[in-house]
Amino acid sequence: MGTRRDFLKGVLASGAAATACAAAVPALARETRPRPPEALGLLYDATLCVGCKACVAACKESNDNPPEFSTVDHLWDTPLDTSGYTFNIIKMYRNGTMDAKDQETNGYAFMKTSCMHCGDPSCVSACPVSAMTKDPETGVVGYNPDKCIGCRYCVAACPFGIPKYQYDSPTGRIGKCELCRHRHKDGHYSACAEVCPTGATLFGRTEDLLAEAKRRLAMKPGELNRFPRGRLRPAQEKMLQGKPDGKGERKRHGWRDEPDQSYETPAGKYLQHVYGEKEYGGTQVLKLSAVNFEKVGMPDLPPDAAAALSETIQHNLYGNLIMPFAVLGAMTYVAKRNVKPDDESSDQEEG
Amino acid sequence: MANNQHAAPAPVGGSLVNIVTLSCGVLIALMAAILMVRFLFGLGAVTGLNDGYPWGIWIAVDVVIGSAFACGGFSVAMLVYIFNRGEYHPLVRPALLASLFGYTLAGAGVMFDLGRWWNVWNMYWPWSINPNSVMFEVAICISLYIVVMWIEFSPVVLEQFGKRDIKKKVSKAMFFIIALGTVLPMMHQSSLGTLLVVLGVQVHPLWQTPLLPLLYLLSAIFMGYAVVLFESCVASSAYRRRIEMHMLTPMAKIMLGILAVFIVVRIGDVVVRGALPKAFVPSVEALMFWLEMACVIAPLILIGAETNRRNPARLFLAGILLMLGGALMRLNGFLIGYETGGDFNYFPTLAEVLVTAGMFAVEVLGYIIITRRFPVLPREEAIH
Repeated sequence: MGTRRDFLKGVLASGAAATACAAAVPALARETRPRPPEALGLLYDATLCVGCKACVAACKESNDNPPEFSTVDHLWDTPLDTSGYTFNIIKMYRNGTMDAKDQETNGYAFMKTSCMHCGDPSCVSACPVSAMTKDPETGVVGYNPDKCIGCRYCVAACPFGIPKYQYDSPTGRIGKCELCRHRHKDGHYSACAEVCPTGATLFGRTEDLLAEAKRRLAMKPGELNRFPRGRLRPAQEKMLQGKPDGKGERKRHGWRDEPDQSYETPAGKYLQHVYGEKEYGGTQVLKLSAVNFEKVGMPDLPPDAAAALSETIQHNLYGNLIMPFAVLGAMTYVAKRNVKPDDESSDQEEG
Repeated sequence: MANNQHAAPAPVGGSLVNIVTLSCGVLIALMAAILMVRFLFGLGAVTGLNDGYPWGIWIAVDVVIGSAFACGGFSVAMLVYIFNRGEYHPLVRPALLASLFGYTLAGAGVMFDLGRWWNVWNMYWPWSINPNSVMFEVAICISLYIVVMWIEFSPVVLEQFGKRDIKKKVSKAMFFIIALGTVLPMMHQSSLGTLLVVLGVQVHPLWQTPLLPLLYLLSAIFMGYAVVLFESCVASSAYRRRIEMHMLTPMAKIMLGILAVFIVVRIGDVVVRGALPKAFVPSVEALMFWLEMACVIAPLILIGAETNRRNPARLFLAGILLMLGGALMRLNGFLIGYETGGDFNYFPTLAEVLVTAGMFAVEVLGYIIITRRFPVLPREEAIH
């Protein structure tokens, strides 16, 4: 049989298979996912932050994390960045003479670093074993060490550099903020917001937090305004309604009763940008700052999540295994014609 | 039709103890010692890994580059069985053997790197898997492909031990195994590129594109042929056999065809996405990009002419350049062009390099033992 003719058949078959697959599988783009409507999150207002790091200590305590030392005397917990053992940290921006707070030149500013709880998280898309998951209601990005294989794809994927691995342990885990979801059932919310003395870190529904952020951007710098602390009240009121029998949502969202802790203080000189409103399709943690976000360590990100593109490619190529099976079918057909005589001949040669 | 004009494969024979095998033994022993420390005290005890560079050379070199080097079996099997070019049949077994080792070790190498390796069963557990994850796809396809290759290679072992009946049964299903053996590598070699997509803006624009799966697949194929050129030259010089120029010369032409398509897609993509100016910014990334380009373009000049393809030295050099070019694209995407922000640096530790060297030593040692004792290379009167 003509080898060249078979060669051409092989070319044609595989070409036809590839074209058929490309045509059979419509190029469906997976859009960037928005936050769930009842998403919970934090609003961090850098202009209210005084850098006391009470949130860093409270985070350590709530998550049973050991202290990390960066000074010679090893007396205080002094982490320099988030790590497998530090899920929240306040970083400082310094410039020149550091004359005034929230000033880009010759000034200083604070910035909180912790999980942004993305609407469409790269870490969740990356994780091969569903150890990193996003709660469909609260949107909290949680971690399950009992499934985690320690591949650190989540560490590589996160554009904020949030999931971190414990390299010093033979049984190292991934460490990241889970919005204190383990404390929610007792009516406690995120420890960092609970202890924040100035309300710089505020807990609530992201939708409410976004409205609060926009209220602040509309304020006149220096003007006296009322600022809530701890938990944003509308969150409580709405959640406590719960279901008619008073159970269900109420049980999960039934935050502890707290006195109103709001106070009056002059408004900061905000940049007109709510960080996290649009970045990567929107995050559940939002940030306000007076100093350029990139300068205080928040990356400039596009409005589409990388997870959306990655999953679009993945599912167009492998969705329902249509394409792989079509190609396999074509290959099997061609191989069946070409392989058989080979074995017979090799048997004969040796026999 | 396929191989009746060729000499049947036969063991090369000869001693297994020589300077090469002994050196391999030493490297493997060192690797074992380092891995013991790694499993007792954690990844940080032996590697330079950190949260800015959570993947080091064990992933970028041992797995991503190592598995592409192991594409010889796939590239040649495609040629012989799918495009029915029986004249290349003697190349199948040696190429398959090298692939078998490359992939099996890449699989083992992943285990060294997994921080919570005892949970790895979740990768195959229906209630844990995440089909959205590119890594899941890569892991499943590589696992399956390793099994498929062992079955593809099993006739060699069965022949040697005279298990004729089993060999016949395996042979009957071989066409399907071979078909699987072409589809699975297409799937995971492309996905190894897709792995980078979710890293988004953290990967330098010269290496971050939606076309990554196509680029990684095309380069895996030409790297497969390049590795066969390299191995054939090394094997003939080491075992003092004739160089199979009558097969290597036309195969190199096919390799150049794939390479040409790759270069057009690679450069076209960089230009269309507007990333080309980044290649002219004085930076390590730009330097590495041009180095990578030089490695893939030089072979066109080196063996572009038919007469030059008859020159074994040129073929050997072109093979090495293409292996290097494909490897650089992978190293650049996974490490050099990866930037998380913050003050993170990564340079592999001596221990990491020794483990990688140990893995390659296992491959070399395994190749020597099997070709000397099992019917892999075409029968030939050895000159020594």
